[in-house]
Amino acid sequence: MLPDAFRTAGSASFSDFLTQHAPDQMPGAQVERTGALEGATHGTTIVAATFPGGVVMAGDRRATMGNVIAQRDIQKVFQTDEYSCVGIAGTAGLAVEMTRLFQVELEHYEKIEGTVLSTEGKANRLATLIRGNLGMAMQGLAVVPLFAAYDLDLGVGRIFAFDVTGNRNEERTFHSVGSGSLFARGSLKKLYRDDLSERDTVTAAVQALYDAADDDSATGGPDLARRIFPMVAVITADGFRAYPDAETAAIADQVVAARLTAPDGPSAPLI
Amino acid sequence: MTQQFYVSPEQLMKDRADFARKGIARGRSVTVVQYADGILFVAENPSQALHKISEIYDRIGFAAVGRYNEFENLRIAGVRLADLRGYSYDRRDVTGRSLANAYAQTLGTIFSSGGEKPYEVELFVAELGTEPAGDQIYRLTYDGSVADVRGWGVMGGTTEPVEQWFTDHYAPDLDLGSALRLARTALGHDDAAPREVPAESLEVAVLDRTRGQLRKFKRVPDATVAELLNGA
Repeated sequence: MLPDAFRTAGSASFSDFLTQHAPDQMPGAQVERTGALEGATHGTTIVAATFPGGVVMAGDRRATMGNVIAQRDIQKVFQTDEYSCVGIAGTAGLAVEMTRLFQVELEHYEKIEGTVLSTEGKANRLATLIRGNLGMAMQGLAVVPLFAAYDLDLGVGRIFAFDVTGNRNEERTFHSVGSGSLFARGSLKKLYRDDLSERDTVTAAVQALYDAADDDSATGGPDLARRIFPMVAVITADGFRAYPDAETAAIADQVVAARLTAPDGPSAPLI
Repeated sequence: MTQQFYVSPEQLMKDRADFARKGIARGRSVTVVQYADGILFVAENPSQALHKISEIYDRIGFAAVGRYNEFENLRIAGVRLADLRGYSYDRRDVTGRSLANAYAQTLGTIFSSGGEKPYEVELFVAELGTEPAGDQIYRLTYDGSVADVRGWGVMGGTTEPVEQWFTDHYAPDLDLGSALRLARTALGHDDAAPREVPAESLEVAVLDRTRGQLRKFKRVPDATVAELLNGA
């Protein structure tokens, strides 16, 4: 017979259910809370930018473990439901687990309530999950996701950034998280315009990641030899779409070709 | 001291079964039909909000008749069970068979325990295979017994004439429109005089093998239902 926890009425939250019924399966629950940890894999830079009718999110493909490159083709941008995605920076193991929990959380709510959460509702749930990881963050195992969604009610793409305490703030135009985020953000600041087309927005994101990789050792640039390029997601009124690899490769090739003559990338007018 | 009257176990179970059966027969029927691209669920349900048909997981659908609060309770338990299993292991490890087993255990225990009244519900748990031959449909009754369903199944309300209609008219590999029209006509045969079930009071959903996403369950909106019904 199904245990009582399964038949208790009231909650549409999977993480609440998990906390009560199987707390050992919450992300970070099994780790002994002592001392700092060496050898955890870290994800690096994520950028997101809105355009008329949607939002683009892109992430580089490098994961680092101290000074070592742990993985060259890690996936850091995840679809979380039909109209949203999460990009992760920070401790990869915890971040991937948190993203998985967040995916189930959204789907669980959708199935139980028969309706989807509002965009703010989704962002708030993610904030709660991040706050739950605060203990780990204080030991250096921080998870800092970037959340992007297409808001069906408002008809616009939206970006939400978080800090380790779960403070969420909405960015109207573009944002970046991770070790290379300072450089990516500076780059986007000069390249971003709010009337860019979808493809141009993807190009701006790839440029920003190139700039991040240029100045941050933990961010991976386009790997021309292995043909590994940033992972790009686009969300519009038609839902989430992984931007085709071939398209991203073509854009990355263009960006790299232009950098051969102008290594610092396109320049903006002074005034 | 008061003395309890002796009631034989046979009589006790029979009374409980009669009680549950009466409750279930009061509502309208729900039917499940295998068609060329998947599994179709059709229920006569005037309510747009209180569903009799629901998604449990990627390839698993759920349909119920009887008392709403009881089957809703089981539905939520099923979603929790499936999501927990998918989260702990992998999405592919969530199967209709294990869900049907969990339901059977639960219904069976409640039916035979003296403390609770038996649940007045019957359920379909359908799992979509990668090939039509892999489709599995289970029918669970109030006492926890499980039956395999092939081709089509009906439960709730007055089932005999509806079943008869399916026996006479069902053919495998129907397209979606034909399967829906067949189900609607069959559901209309629950009375002495066959009636036409109004399109707007049909609740329709499919597990569609051709759907490009992991989640194969899809509610069919009213407009599409009307279109399919008229497409004869």
